[in-house]
Amino acid sequence: MSKEHEKGMSLIVKTITRLTVGLILLYGIYIVLHGHVSPGGGFAGGVIIALSFIHLMLAYGKETALRKLSKAAASFFESMGAILFLGIALLGFTGGYFFLNFISKGEPFKLFSAGIIPLCNIAICLKVGAGLFAIFVALVLLKFDSEKR
Amino acid sequence: MIAASNIIPLFVALPLAAAFLISLLGKRIKRLPDALGVLVALILCGLSLLSVRLHNIHGILTYSAGAWKPPIGIGMVLDGLSVFMLVTVNLVAFCVVVYSVNYMEKFTAKWKFYTLFFLMLGGMNGVIITGDMFNFFVFLEIAAVASYALVAFGTERQELEAAFKYAVMGTVGSLFILLGIAFLYSYTSTLNMADMSSVLAQKGTGNITLMVSVLFLMGFGLKAALVPFHAWLPDAHPSAPAPISAMLSGVLIKSLGIYALCRIFYNVIGMSPAISSILLFLGTLSMVVGGLLAIGQWDFKRLLAYSSISQIGYIILGLGLATPLGILGGLFHLFNHSVFKSLLFLNSGAVEYATGTRDLQKMGGLAKRMPVTATTAMTASMSIAGIPPFNGFWSKLLIIIAAVQAGRYGYAFWAVLISILTLAMYVRAMKYAFLGSLREGLSRIKEVPLFMKLSMGALALICLAGGLLLIPGINETFLQGARDVLLEGTEYAATVLKGIK
Repeated sequence: MSKEHEKGMSLIVKTITRLTVGLILLYGIYIVLHGHVSPGGGFAGGVIIALSFIHLMLAYGKETALRKLSKAAASFFESMGAILFLGIALLGFTGGYFFLNFISKGEPFKLFSAGIIPLCNIAICLKVGAGLFAIFVALVLLKFDSEKR
Repeated sequence: MIAASNIIPLFVALPLAAAFLISLLGKRIKRLPDALGVLVALILCGLSLLSVRLHNIHGILTYSAGAWKPPIGIGMVLDGLSVFMLVTVNLVAFCVVVYSVNYMEKFTAKWKFYTLFFLMLGGMNGVIITGDMFNFFVFLEIAAVASYALVAFGTERQELEAAFKYAVMGTVGSLFILLGIAFLYSYTSTLNMADMSSVLAQKGTGNITLMVSVLFLMGFGLKAALVPFHAWLPDAHPSAPAPISAMLSGVLIKSLGIYALCRIFYNVIGMSPAISSILLFLGTLSMVVGGLLAIGQWDFKRLLAYSSISQIGYIILGLGLATPLGILGGLFHLFNHSVFKSLLFLNSGAVEYATGTRDLQKMGGLAKRMPVTATTAMTASMSIAGIPPFNGFWSKLLIIIAAVQAGRYGYAFWAVLISILTLAMYVRAMKYAFLGSLREGLSRIKEVPLFMKLSMGALALICLAGGLLLIPGINETFLQGARDVLLEGTEYAATVLKGIK
């Protein structure tokens, strides 16, 4: 067996994870993009996206997951999400108000509608997803004095 | 022409933008956190001073976020009290940021410090300007959570323990507040403070307002560290890095605790004699207990922390009197306390920076080596002890006169007594730290770097000149505006709702 298979859980778990992790990620993206027309949104979608990476980490060990999304990248996406959200809010000043929905609202219940709300959802998703993943990584990497050898 | 009210959201947007930009770029660009931090804090300080002027010209300003009119959308309100608090918070924050430029060098991750600092500042500014109850809670949590992390910033055993205690007690306080907000929402079906106040006036107050009042007293009392709820403060404030102690003691307990108490009890629920007596009693209790506990402390910062509890008692005593003079004295003491207590914490940080100790018994004769620190510490001590002509004297005098005028002789007596006790404890602290002969092993210490001296000097000047705020002409623009908001009580609702229309 290759070295990659020495860490993490059993072969059964790994196989199932390999099959499902992409679907979970896709479902998360779906929830984010349809946040303004169906239940869900940036927060819920972001959590699901983070879960797909956490799933990978649980099954394959932390090295594999951190190769896909490193700590630095998670930190970058987290700050970026917040800045995007704030930027969208500040762009509302072009129409005269903070947080103004300045893009045309479009037709209700269509995917491309609701002005800035889908964009806000994407920003929130980045912030929440990267943040949750970073918290999980911090807990995994945390070592107490007694554990260090 | 740009409408004057456009200034309001900037108080939240700017610190948040600074926080996230620093967290994004601060690790890569070495000097960016310092430069951006000082710049944004300076802009905020300037904007808050500008808001004093705008408030004087235009009166009360309101803002509807996203052009959604309150009570449906989130409203922001800039009235006299908000202006007063904004100036206090942003002035102290600016001095603290300047001080941190040098002081935080000894910590590894300065950019993390600035990120958390600006999150806390954004939260506090948000609490002050929001006119929406739930929005208020969200900002309160932003500031509180950032402060939990900042207390633990040194990540030593003692700091983590203090931060954990603070986090648990702070969260319990926040839960009481959230429960109170939930009850009020269920009773009034609105979250806008002004609207809530007018609905409460129509429906009348019943048992539910009593219950909510108790919940808020517990919640905000915990945030303000009033005596039965003070246990977290003497651990949390000394454990944080000195600039953060200055922020926590100087402005955080005031904006999350006292400002919130005032705003809700005076403007939303409406002041009743029962609440007034409770505030008077709790204020005096904090004053006495804090003062007595402080006098025996040998840890410089712990002494300051207990003294904060005592001084918070003065503020609450003044505000609890609910007379024009009492409120004016309470608010003035709030401003003064945030200036001199943050200065004292910065001084204790400077001493720790130079000597590496906070134990008063291990210091002595530092005045010869650290003249600037010693002079500013003396100024602040004399202010807090109430020696004329420093600012602390005037505000304590106002509170005591107000108590006598209201016929509360007992409370006035305690206020005088604790003032003498405060003098005693600060004389003792100054004697052990700065006067006398220089101790062995301390002969090689140096005065702190330039930026730390600058910020301490600026705060000391405000201590000296603070009494000028009472002069007719200046008084009307700043302090009386804040007082009038509290005095008009639930009229606030009508004023704000008129501003929105």
